[in-house]
Amino acid sequence: MTDELEQRHAAIDWEYASAPESRTIVQFRDRYGLVIGGEEIDPASGEWFTTASPATEEPLAEVALAGAKDVDRAVAAARGAFDGWSRLRPAERSKYLFRIARILQERSRELAVAESLDGGKPIKESRDVDLPLAAAHFFYHAGWADKLEYAFPNRTPRPLGVAAQIIPWNFPLLMLAWKVAPALACGNTVVLKPAETTPLTALMFADVCRQAELPAGVVNIVTGDGETGHALVQHPDIDKLAFTGSTEVGKAIQRELAGRGVPHTLELGGKAANIVFDDAALDQAVEGIVNGIYFNQGHVCCAGSRLLVQESVADTVVAKLKRRLSTLRVGDPLDKNTDVGAINSKAQLDRIRELVASGEEEGAELYQAPCELPEHGYWFPPTVFTNVAQSYRIAQEEIFGPVLSVMTFRTPAEALEKANNTAYGLSAGVWTEKGSRILWMAERLRAGVVWANTFNRFDPASPFGGYKESGFGREGGRHGLEAYLRFDG
Amino acid sequence: MSRLPVRKTYKLFIGGAFPRSESGRTYAVDGTNVARASRKDARDAVRAARGAFGTWSGMTAYNRGQVLYRLAEMMETRSGDLAGVCSGHGEVERSIDRVVWYAGWADKLAQVLGASNPVAGPYFNFTVPEPTGVVAVIAPAEPPLEGMVSRLLPALVSGNTAVAVASSEHPLAGIELAEAVATSDMPAGAVNILTGDRDELAPVLAGHMDVNAIDVTGAGEHTGELERLAAGNVKRVVRGQADGQSLWDIEPLLEMKTVWHPIGV
Repeated sequence: MTDELEQRHAAIDWEYASAPESRTIVQFRDRYGLVIGGEEIDPASGEWFTTASPATEEPLAEVALAGAKDVDRAVAAARGAFDGWSRLRPAERSKYLFRIARILQERSRELAVAESLDGGKPIKESRDVDLPLAAAHFFYHAGWADKLEYAFPNRTPRPLGVAAQIIPWNFPLLMLAWKVAPALACGNTVVLKPAETTPLTALMFADVCRQAELPAGVVNIVTGDGETGHALVQHPDIDKLAFTGSTEVGKAIQRELAGRGVPHTLELGGKAANIVFDDAALDQAVEGIVNGIYFNQGHVCCAGSRLLVQESVADTVVAKLKRRLSTLRVGDPLDKNTDVGAINSKAQLDRIRELVASGEEEGAELYQAPCELPEHGYWFPPTVFTNVAQSYRIAQEEIFGPVLSVMTFRTPAEALEKANNTAYGLSAGVWTEKGSRILWMAERLRAGVVWANTFNRFDPASPFGGYKESGFGREGGRHGLEAYLRFDG
Repeated sequence: MSRLPVRKTYKLFIGGAFPRSESGRTYAVDGTNVARASRKDARDAVRAARGAFGTWSGMTAYNRGQVLYRLAEMMETRSGDLAGVCSGHGEVERSIDRVVWYAGWADKLAQVLGASNPVAGPYFNFTVPEPTGVVAVIAPAEPPLEGMVSRLLPALVSGNTAVAVASSEHPLAGIELAEAVATSDMPAGAVNILTGDRDELAPVLAGHMDVNAIDVTGAGEHTGELERLAAGNVKRVVRGQADGQSLWDIEPLLEMKTVWHPIGV
């Protein structure tokens, strides 16, 4: 964009009439029990907890808090269903998954609204990203169910058994799809533990399974907190553990499973570098930077939370970025204009605040776009730190919020060195018009996903997963199937 | 007059050199003194492996395949020596043929394990296998040479560098193999071989923050303890076959990298 055009844009007072998505399409019940063996049951623990909207702090429903006994029942139900499910003709298994994909598409508006209510993400994202991708994951994996023998040359694939799956709160239904679709396609049964703050769409998914007439016990859902997850990890009768969440909890799980011979895959944290070279299409790059870190409030493990920008264009890029920040609309997740929704929980907001305070204390320069935040709920304005040193906590630790740390470089080698200077290795971004440089960087970045001249793209056919402390195993694509199979011979 | 033979001193193999243990310790195996590596030796070996990673993984696959093939050539010329430190010629021949088999995988891995992914949008999207980094190998005791080769080669062929701990019981096969490695054109540090007390060395490698993966095939009853230590930096933990060869022994030590680029005019 020309300077003149930018100035004209800056002079416009962008007012938006609110365009709220109706929430009448979702009727939450007062209470949701556990989904075990095809039935909804009260928890043996006798305990319940409330899930609330992070945007308003309004309670949405009461949800069962599963204890060790409940987890035990769920694993037993999954075990009981395993024989039937794994022996079903693969073509039939495939058709159940296709059915689920279709029902997700049919009910996508309802589920998108529920997702935004329970998790705080903008309806624009739950509607256009989470739901279409969740359905696509089932559709993609449905087709694998009866073709597994083609996926791994010279090997005979078999299901593992009972897959225990623990998912995070940033993409509740999408993470469910990433876990459940390949598990079922490969003939496993599932005990899924949704995140404490976002249990509702998983419980609604149980109804999708009911509508699909999925055999009882194939998918079991145990809601609860960290203790529930712990009970699931500790359970002696699980055949597989899949976890998406923080590196800290991932390490604890890996330790817990040591010596038990339970295969596990971990999708953990990240601190991705988004690298902008001076020959990049800068306006596109700025859009990519914004998408990289403010998409889903920065609650994204592969978020581009470190901007590495070539020194010669650093001032220009930061100026453009600040201008773009002023046009981001922060607020009501159900408003179709909203770009940045609510922070998922009070605990997460506290963590973001603590890390941002550390950034200021360590000497980084903070910029926040002027924006009015709603009175109730959990909010944090889109934030940019400049003058960041690599040693600062905001350059090393995963913030998991809308906070970008900007650093500069002079040569491609320096960009690479800084990009790889992290214990994580989940994703990276490269912005340049030079093809050979993209490939040179892509070859050397120690990260599982490299986005070149784009960022935060996902697809069920595209393997996703980390290097180093970002975890191991891949989800999606042919490669993702391996996590749910064992091999004879 | 009979001639007094010149005996070999068995030492460690670190960074392309054959040092004694910095601790000065040795232990006797069947009358031969063998270096007993210390924790410090293990850490030095990791540093050497990390240092060689860029060179070894940065070679073209064709070149890496040729270097590994040359390793087989070097083993063939030493087959007499190798036969003396394992179960005999049969094991040596199997080991050499295994090296050749793996050498041939170097420039085929990406074709069999990589992918072009048909994503739902205007993007070119492909997945390539890459080495995970520095791999610690706890070699099985049996078979001494074939076990070491069967675990080391799947790590090396994709470009990983390795620190291998020879079994405490049969350490000589590892050091004889190191002499073949040393003359094979492998970059110094790409392979490091330690002898000594496995129970002393394996935990150092399992807990080392700059080791990316550990092969515990030879760890026996200590596997659980090593797995616990491995969680410290989310190491990949691998168990494989001591006397077999498979593409699927290579694959657990690979990282799949997926690259996206928009398609447009």
